[in-house]
Amino acid sequence: MEKFTRLTAIAAPLLRINVDTDAIIPSREMKRVSKTGLAEGLFAGWRYQSPGSRAENPDFILNREPWRKAQILLSGINFGCGSSREHAVWALHEWGIRAILAPSFGSIFQGNCVRNGIVPVVIDNAVIEGLARKIEADPHGFRLTVDLENCRVSSSQGESWPFTIPDADREMLLEGLDSIAVTLKRDAAILAYRDRDRVRRPWIYLPARDK
Amino acid sequence: MGQTIIDKLWAEHTVADLGDGATLLYIDRIFLHERTGSVALKGLETAGHTVRHPEQVFCTMDHIVDTTPGRTDDTRMPGGREFITSTRASAIAAGIHLFDLGDDRQGIVHVVSPEQGIALPGVTLVCPDSHTCTLGGLGALAWGIGSTEGEHALATKTLAVRKPRSMRIRFEGQLQPGVYAKDLILHLISRFGASGGSGYAIEFAGSAIRALPIEARFTLCNMAVEFGAWTGIVAPDETTFEYVRGRPFAPGPAIWDQAVAHWRTLATDADAVFDREIEIDCSQLGPHITWGTSPQHGGNIGDAVPDPAAEPDQNRRQSMQRALDYMGLAPGTPLEGLPISAAFIGSCTNSRISDLREAARLLRGHRVAAGVKAICVPGSSQVKKAAEAEGIDRIFREAGFEWRESGCSMCFYAGGESFGLEERVVSSTNRNFENRQGPRTRTHLASPATVVASAIAGSLADVRKLKGN
Ligand code: SF4
Repeated sequence: MEKFTRLTAIAAPLLRINVDTDAIIPSREMKRVSKTGLAEGLFAGWRYQSPGSRAENPDFILNREPWRKAQILLSGINFGCGSSREHAVWALHEWGIRAILAPSFGSIFQGNCVRNGIVPVVIDNAVIEGLARKIEADPHGFRLTVDLENCRVSSSQGESWPFTIPDADREMLLEGLDSIAVTLKRDAAILAYRDRDRVRRPWIYLPARDK
Repeated sequence: MGQTIIDKLWAEHTVADLGDGATLLYIDRIFLHERTGSVALKGLETAGHTVRHPEQVFCTMDHIVDTTPGRTDDTRMPGGREFITSTRASAIAAGIHLFDLGDDRQGIVHVVSPEQGIALPGVTLVCPDSHTCTLGGLGALAWGIGSTEGEHALATKTLAVRKPRSMRIRFEGQLQPGVYAKDLILHLISRFGASGGSGYAIEFAGSAIRALPIEARFTLCNMAVEFGAWTGIVAPDETTFEYVRGRPFAPGPAIWDQAVAHWRTLATDADAVFDREIEIDCSQLGPHITWGTSPQHGGNIGDAVPDPAAEPDQNRRQSMQRALDYMGLAPGTPLEGLPISAAFIGSCTNSRISDLREAARLLRGHRVAAGVKAICVPGSSQVKKAAEAEGIDRIFREAGFEWRESGCSMCFYAGGESFGLEERVVSSTNRNFENRQGPRTRTHLASPATVVASAIAGSLADVRKLKGN
């Protein structure tokens, strides 16, 4: 997985609440058994003028300058709620988003971000709204920095705010770790658990299948 | 201090404490479907990992498969065939249980897993699908995950999880006729918001819950995720044990008593403390219906469309306004009587045999209003078979409903079939998001009973007023 330490970039305010993963990537845009080829379908229902078309809706934030090059997204509460589809995160990542600031996230989505190199920054709604106003006042000059090492967000106008992220998530993002490899270091504990549990809850252990 | 059911299941499944509130939890059962399981299995293959304990991993075809009679691997969704064939090939190669097309165990993942006795009280069960929380209805700790987490669970039989905060919601009192589990959960979400349960694992308790049959508990827990919760759970009781007994993958007679004795220990202790408690009096609730594009946008069938101008919070106001524009509704319009063009009964929320029985009971002797496209999709091949044995399919067909093969069908739009642009649908599903059931389709969520009453009336209707009911 790609590492994340610090990023200074254009930030796009999409201040809607309850942005669901069906909106981030509509089901009809998940066309193949693949984690790639999804950027075009990102926010398709909002980004394009009509369903199925590719004619851009000029009002949608990611179709406007300078936000076509945004790498940070700002949004409202419960961002990424709804369907578990990891395609939402793959689409955001492929399009170029590396960090999302929101007061809260859908929990499956939040986990999916961390596993794919996108930082979910949980931060107060007042901070997000303040930032959005400043971005609109100076769209071309304003830059936002997400510093994962120090857990701070700062603006090109000099202010900064701390944010919290669980240690394990932070480490996974900073180091770009493969979570399966990390867990398999504890294989002895997993096998020991299974041996204990087999005695306690034998009904859990179904017979091996004939292939 | 006592423990909650969630504390007990957490402790019981702990492989290792990872620090910072994270735990490596043992995962008892993994379920996959062709929509997201396909990419998880393929990802695992590409990374060179194998499935540990394939005998505890299950897979079904539900999301993209066609639901019209005589179906094959071809789908209405362009490219859908690849999801089916790829999943089949990966499932066979991995040696996991596959409930393929034509297998009489096939169906919607969350309908099949309890039906087959795969989901059990006290198990940890994950699936790359957000409505996995449905199985909390049996007292399972079950939650939805992403595909990458799915790969992790398949390869290691564990997941690293942070323990959510705990909430108990007590539903007290007796439900009035015409009011169902679906109305309870929609009421909860409209009152506390679609993120009201964010960060929590929720135990549903109280006299109204104890009185619910298991399938209604599934409906309730199914929508815990629409409340933003990590999962929902109902402590197992005698009703649960009776439901589980004798199912194909459930503990057999030799081990049954031992399993039940263990399951009895799981209920929350009397002195356990939750981070948050909510109590709801159910005795006054009526049938619920949504009017917007979030499950939180809803009210009683007798209500009118609310006025965004009266909403003090700016974000909520804007979200309401967007919703009304999308739904083509003006503030003050009564919900009851709004003309509809379609009615849908199906999905992991409300497509089980008890749902279809109740719908058929109400539908008997009536006809769907002219111009309304009405569809019923049984949740599993088993549900379909049982319904046909009882003659339920005939009641649906004679009333003017289409009767389908099982699957997710038009619960969501995959690029194939939809209800059409700006068509108004009353639906027993769980999501009324923009474009969820089709481009610009306008979805009103309700119980199957309300769907039936509305289909007959040709407009959103109060099931309590249905003649002959
Ligand atoms: S029925 Fe609908 S909500 Fe349930 S699993 Fe299928 S697509 Fe998802």
